[in-house]
Amino acid sequence: MNLEKVVFAFFIVLALTMNFGFFVGEMNDPLHHNVYELYAAIVVNLIATVLKFGDRTHIGAVLLATSLVADLHLIAAAVAWGIGLYVLDMGNDVLGIVVSLSAGALLANITSVVLLVVETMSLRK
Amino acid sequence: MTKVTSLILRRMRIPLLVLIASYSISILGFVMIPGIDENGQRWHMTFFDSIYFVSYMATTIGFGELPQPFSAAQRLWATITIYLSVVSWFYAIGSILSLVQNNLLKRAIEEGRFTRNVKKLGENFFIICGYGETASLLVYALNNRGFRTIVVDIDSERIDELSMTDIPQFVPALEADASNSKILIEAGLFNENCQGVVALTDSDEVNLKIAITCRLLKKTVKVICRAESLDTEANMRSFSTDYIVNPFESFASRLAMALHSPSSYLINQWLTGVPGTRLSDPVMPPRGLWLLCGFGRFGKAVHRFLTYEGITTRIIESDHELTEPPEGSIKGRGTEAVTLRNAGISDAVGIVAGTDNDTNNLSIIYTAKEQKKELFTVARQNLGDNKILFQNAELDIVMERSDIIAHEILSVILAPLLATFLQQVQSHGNQWSCELVSRLIAVVGETTPDTWGLEVNEEEAPAVVNALVQGGTVSVGDLNKNHLNRDEKLHVMVLMISRLDQEDENATRLVTLPADDFLLQTGDQLLFCSREGARDEISWVLNNGNALHYVQTGELASESWIWRLFSGRQSVSGADEV
Repeated sequence: MNLEKVVFAFFIVLALTMNFGFFVGEMNDPLHHNVYELYAAIVVNLIATVLKFGDRTHIGAVLLATSLVADLHLIAAAVAWGIGLYVLDMGNDVLGIVVSLSAGALLANITSVVLLVVETMSLRK
Repeated sequence: MTKVTSLILRRMRIPLLVLIASYSISILGFVMIPGIDENGQRWHMTFFDSIYFVSYMATTIGFGELPQPFSAAQRLWATITIYLSVVSWFYAIGSILSLVQNNLLKRAIEEGRFTRNVKKLGENFFIICGYGETASLLVYALNNRGFRTIVVDIDSERIDELSMTDIPQFVPALEADASNSKILIEAGLFNENCQGVVALTDSDEVNLKIAITCRLLKKTVKVICRAESLDTEANMRSFSTDYIVNPFESFASRLAMALHSPSSYLINQWLTGVPGTRLSDPVMPPRGLWLLCGFGRFGKAVHRFLTYEGITTRIIESDHELTEPPEGSIKGRGTEAVTLRNAGISDAVGIVAGTDNDTNNLSIIYTAKEQKKELFTVARQNLGDNKILFQNAELDIVMERSDIIAHEILSVILAPLLATFLQQVQSHGNQWSCELVSRLIAVVGETTPDTWGLEVNEEEAPAVVNALVQGGTVSVGDLNKNHLNRDEKLHVMVLMISRLDQEDENATRLVTLPADDFLLQTGDQLLFCSREGARDEISWVLNNGNALHYVQTGELASESWIWRLFSGRQSVSGADEV
C-alpha cells in the first residue's frame, strides 16, 4: 500500500462526495444546501487539484483538467452566492444558480473519479 | 506540459497545499466562532466577511476588525491565524526562491531556451559538437559566410567562452554531451535547415558516436568528423561519413606532396588558405636524411608518408616503450645538442619537431639550427596562443592543428568540389601544377584567393539558366568578363566543372581547367577561385540578363519593356523577360 496513492484517491473521492452532498436536495430549498458543505467542497477540490500537479502522463493531464473544471464551477457558485446575497439582495432565489453550478462541478468530479478507477484497473491487470 | 512547468508544479505542490490548508482553517474558524455586538447579541461572520478578513490579515495588510469589533474568542483565533498564515506564506515564497536557484530547473530552462532558439533560427545551419580552438575558427568563418551555427559542448567554461567572443550573429549553445542522440535531436538534427553536423570533440570515440548517430537518424545530413587515429578514421569511413579530417594524416600527406611536387603543395596551400592573407611562399623540402623528433600520432603519420616517398628518417623519441619506434631510433627528447649529434644532425637535411609540447618543439628547432645552419625545419604547433612564437621562429613549415582542421572543413562546406579538385591536382603531376601556379598568380595576384562553388540553377545563376532555356549558349569565357566593359577580364578563374553523366545518374564528369569556349549546361557545378571581391562582380553576369547579354554580344539591351517595344528588334533572348 502506497500512502501517497491513498491520500490522492481520498481527496479525489472526497471532492466528489462533498460536491454531491451539497448538490443533492430540492433546488430552491435553503435547508437542503448548506453553506459549510459548499465551503468544504471548494477546499477539498483545491487540495485535489494541487495533488494532481506535475504529473506528465496523459491521464494525469486529463485528471488535472477535470479538477480545474470543478474548481471553476464551485468558485463561480460561491461568488454567485456572495454577489446574489450581499450585492443584489436576491435572498434565496440565488440558490438555483448556485446549485446548478455545483451540478456542473459534480459532473467534472464524476469524470475525475471514473478516470481514477480506470487508471487503477489498468494498473492491476 | 513542458518540462519546466511540470517541474515547478511538482515542487510547488506541498507549499500550495499548506497555503490552502491554513487559509481554509482560518476562514472556517472565523465563520464558526461567535462574536458579541454592542447590544450583547451573538453574531456570526458570514463566509463573505470571513474570506475578506483572512485575505487582508494573511497578507499583513490589516484593515482592522471588520465588520464589527471582535470578541475575545475571535481575537484569540485571529492571533493564531496570523502566525499560521504568515508562516505558510514564508514557506511558499521560500520554496519559490529555492526553486529558482535549483540546478535541475536552471538546466531545464536553459534546454528549453536552446530548443526554442534552434527552432526560431530559420536559416541554414550547422551543428558544431565540441567548441575548442578549431571550432571557434570554424564558427566565426561560417557565420561570416552566411551560415548559422549551433554549438554543443560538454564543458560549461567553453560555452561561456563562446558567449564572450565577438560573433555578429547569435550562436545558440548548449552545455551537454553531444554523443547523446537526444541532445543532437534537441540541437536541431531533424530540422530541415540543418545542413550538417561537424564533430570536433577531443575524443575520437565521441566523434565516432556522433557520426553513427547522424547516419542512422538522418541519412541526408552531411557529417564531417575529426579523427586522430587511423582506426577511428577507417571506422567512420565504413558507414559513409561525408568527410573525415585527420589533422596528422592530412599534414603528413601534404609534407609528402611538398617533397615530390612542390607546386601541387603550393596550390593546396593557396586554395585552402584564409582568403585575403598574403600568398604563402613556395617551399622546396630537400631529399636526404630527415630527423623526426617525437613518434606519437603525428610522428608516425609523418614517418609513414616520408618512408613512402623514399626518404630516410631517423627517429628521436624519449619514451620508447609507449610509442614503439622502429629499430635504430635514438632515445632522448631532441632538445639537447648531444641527442641531435647522436642522431647524425651533420648529415641531415631536414628536421621535424613533432612532440606534443610547443616549448620542446621550439627548443628542438633552435638547438638544431645552432648545430647546422642549412636545415629544413618543420614544427608542430599545438596551442593557438603560441602562434606568434612560431611565426617568429623562421620555420619553413608550421603544422598548426586547429588551423588545418578548420580550413579543411570550411572548404568542404563552402566548396564541396575543392577536395575533388585537389585530388585531381595531385594526380596530374608537378609539370601541370607548375603551369597552374603561374596561371593562378596571374589571376589572383599577391593574396590568397577566395575559393567557392556555384551550381547553374534558377537560384544561383538565373540569367544563365534563362539564356540556356531560350536556346542560347553560355561559355565559361562569358562569365569572367566585366559587365561594365567586356574587354576587361575579371580576376576569376574556373578551376573545375562537374557535370552529371547523362547515361548514368550517379556518375559525374569532371573537367579541370575548362577552356574559355567550354559551353555550360543547367545543373553544372562550377568551382571558382577569384581575387577578393571579384565574386560580387561576377554575380552581375549570373543574375542579370542584360549584363549577360552585354558580355556575350557587346550590345546594350534595352532595359524596359516599352523601350524594347519601340526599338523592336532589340528584345533579346537571354534578357530578363518576365
